[in-house]
Amino acid sequence: MDNRERTGSGPREPALIDATFHRGLTEPRHSRRQFLMRAGAGLGALGMGGLLSACGIQGTEAAASADTFDWAAWWKRQKPSRVLNFANWPLYIDTSHGQHPSLEQFTKQTGIKVNYFEVIEDNAPFYANIEPSLKAGKPTGYDLIVMTDDDWTVFELVKLNRWITPLDHSRMPNFFKYASPLVRNSGYDPSNTYTAAWQSGFTGIAYDVTKIDREINSVHDLWDPAFKGHVGMMSDNTELGSAGLLAAGVDPAKSTPSDWKKAAALLTQQRDAGLVSQYYDQSYIKALETGDIWITQAWSGDIFQANATGFPHLKFVAPQEGVMLWTDTMMIPLHAQNPVSAMDWINFYYQPKIAAEVEDWVNYICPVPAAQKILRKEDPPVGNSALVFPTKAESSLVKGYYNYTTYAEYNAWNNVFNPVIES
Amino acid sequence: MTWRQRLAPYALGFPTAFWLTLFFAVPLISVLSVALMTGNPEKGFTLTWHWSIFWSSFKQYHTQFLRSFYYGALSTVIALVIAYPMAYFIAFYGGRNKSTYLLIILLPFFVSYVIRAFSWQFILSNDGIFLTFLRNIGLVSKNFTILHTSFAVIAALTYDAIPYMVLPLFVALEKLDRRVVTAANDLYANPVVTFTRVVLPLTSAGIFAGFLLVFVTNVGDYVAAGILGGPGTTMIGNVIQNSYLQDQTYPLASALSSILMIVLLLIIWLYARVFGTEAVEQAVA
Repeated sequence: MDNRERTGSGPREPALIDATFHRGLTEPRHSRRQFLMRAGAGLGALGMGGLLSACGIQGTEAAASADTFDWAAWWKRQKPSRVLNFANWPLYIDTSHGQHPSLEQFTKQTGIKVNYFEVIEDNAPFYANIEPSLKAGKPTGYDLIVMTDDDWTVFELVKLNRWITPLDHSRMPNFFKYASPLVRNSGYDPSNTYTAAWQSGFTGIAYDVTKIDREINSVHDLWDPAFKGHVGMMSDNTELGSAGLLAAGVDPAKSTPSDWKKAAALLTQQRDAGLVSQYYDQSYIKALETGDIWITQAWSGDIFQANATGFPHLKFVAPQEGVMLWTDTMMIPLHAQNPVSAMDWINFYYQPKIAAEVEDWVNYICPVPAAQKILRKEDPPVGNSALVFPTKAESSLVKGYYNYTTYAEYNAWNNVFNPVIES
Repeated sequence: MTWRQRLAPYALGFPTAFWLTLFFAVPLISVLSVALMTGNPEKGFTLTWHWSIFWSSFKQYHTQFLRSFYYGALSTVIALVIAYPMAYFIAFYGGRNKSTYLLIILLPFFVSYVIRAFSWQFILSNDGIFLTFLRNIGLVSKNFTILHTSFAVIAALTYDAIPYMVLPLFVALEKLDRRVVTAANDLYANPVVTFTRVVLPLTSAGIFAGFLLVFVTNVGDYVAAGILGGPGTTMIGNVIQNSYLQDQTYPLASALSSILMIVLLLIIWLYARVFGTEAVEQAVA
């Protein structure tokens, strides 16, 4: 404060009124209330500014120009590099003493160093993580990512926003030589333009043979009143809705919104009859192991691993109405800095020997059927398992998920099936 | 008056205003503004001022709203009934072990709520230790379950609330002048009357603080219902979480969050009115 204004208690001329008193009479004081009001006004003004600057959230829809882009010429211009940044899910590759033997062999053979990131815990959060970079037209930091084909986010990445680099088919001969028909020409990417499978899995039914002593072979077994309160269903509405569609006798891939309503009605009836214990995420496997549920929608790989780790009484079945096949698929995000390394890895992975190595550890469904011969010799429990190498009979039951074409459709699906779960 | 003087109050208020703006007003206003937008993730969201979303989203999820308030209120009351004797014992008979008792009550907080909820899932599961024991001694039937019922959710909410309830009650009871209890006895009040007419009113500030801490957090909780609940126990927090993260229906999620905040504020305001502002000030102090 200014020196001249200081109101000390020093000697004063008696004729003068005390300066503080004088000021108090003639000048406004800052009362506590006013102070708060003004601070509030300032706050409000700042807040309004924030509001005005944020009166909209930008969409992710891409410019349509990507359609006409000459990717063949682009691929010709790409130079090999010495690095590969690979983003994958945790525990989803062969691991031994903290190393990944398949990746090490790749490095040895090609000289490409692999930075392996186990950063994908779920599709949506990972998508949220890379979306800002892609939206800004910047590299995501990853050259290869693995996401699930039935998930909405993959549709957003591939079709809606064209944020995925089309694969260079001339650099992946092993894929075309060895890839299983199950992972080729799928509904979401008919000619493998953008995607190459990493692992697949079945969504079918698992049950506890100590609690259920009859044969289970149909989706309708999930509606059996005898299992009241002990049926597990999935909280993922794509999985849940597909089970409902199978029960309604509809192929999910070819379903229509009116089929969805029928399926939701069946699922609601199942819930209201008290059959459903809970709508589970992957924790259904624990509930099955601890006996909370006797029969449940299940992923094949989980049951294989449970069988191998002390729960041999759990059994996976592909229901006669159909078993859902999903695929975690490798993709090269746009603006990747080492696309050639990514192609090299895809081609390397599709060698039966390497696929067998990874499969022996991962135990989902192997995209390379030729790896079975190797594993039958090296690790018979895996090599002979129909959960890892599906039989012809099972493969014939495979059904695909519904492929959304617009956000409105995705929204419509959610609006039909969410009320089943959110009761 | 110089410009410095004029500016002084603003300068003094700046840190608080800045803090509140950054961490309270901006998030709050952005949540409100998102509620008033329409659109979808592919086309983007634009502000369209459709206030009707508040009513329509409430109508769509009123069951979950009412359930959340019911669960929240019930768990708060049960927690109060359990926590009051605990706090009373520690404050009046704790002696030199008071801090040990408080530490024991706080001990579960050393582990994350989510992990504790999962542990309960493990303990209470059908083949878990608790139910296996009850079945073995013939107390419950084979089909008896605890998990995935509203009982499990309310119990989990209560369980997590107890420490939040004990602490403010303990502080209030500790501050209570013990001589007023003696005085009540001297005036021929029996123990029940002493408690209801003297101790309870004098610790109302603690009850109020405990209520605020517990009720507000429990109404918005989604962990208990998500992990220990089942069909028919979905709380509004689960709906909001799902529509933000899975469906990307941001306006719906924002509208539901806003309604939740506004209703909670109203309840707190009414409650403060009934209890009197003195209690609020004491609770804050």
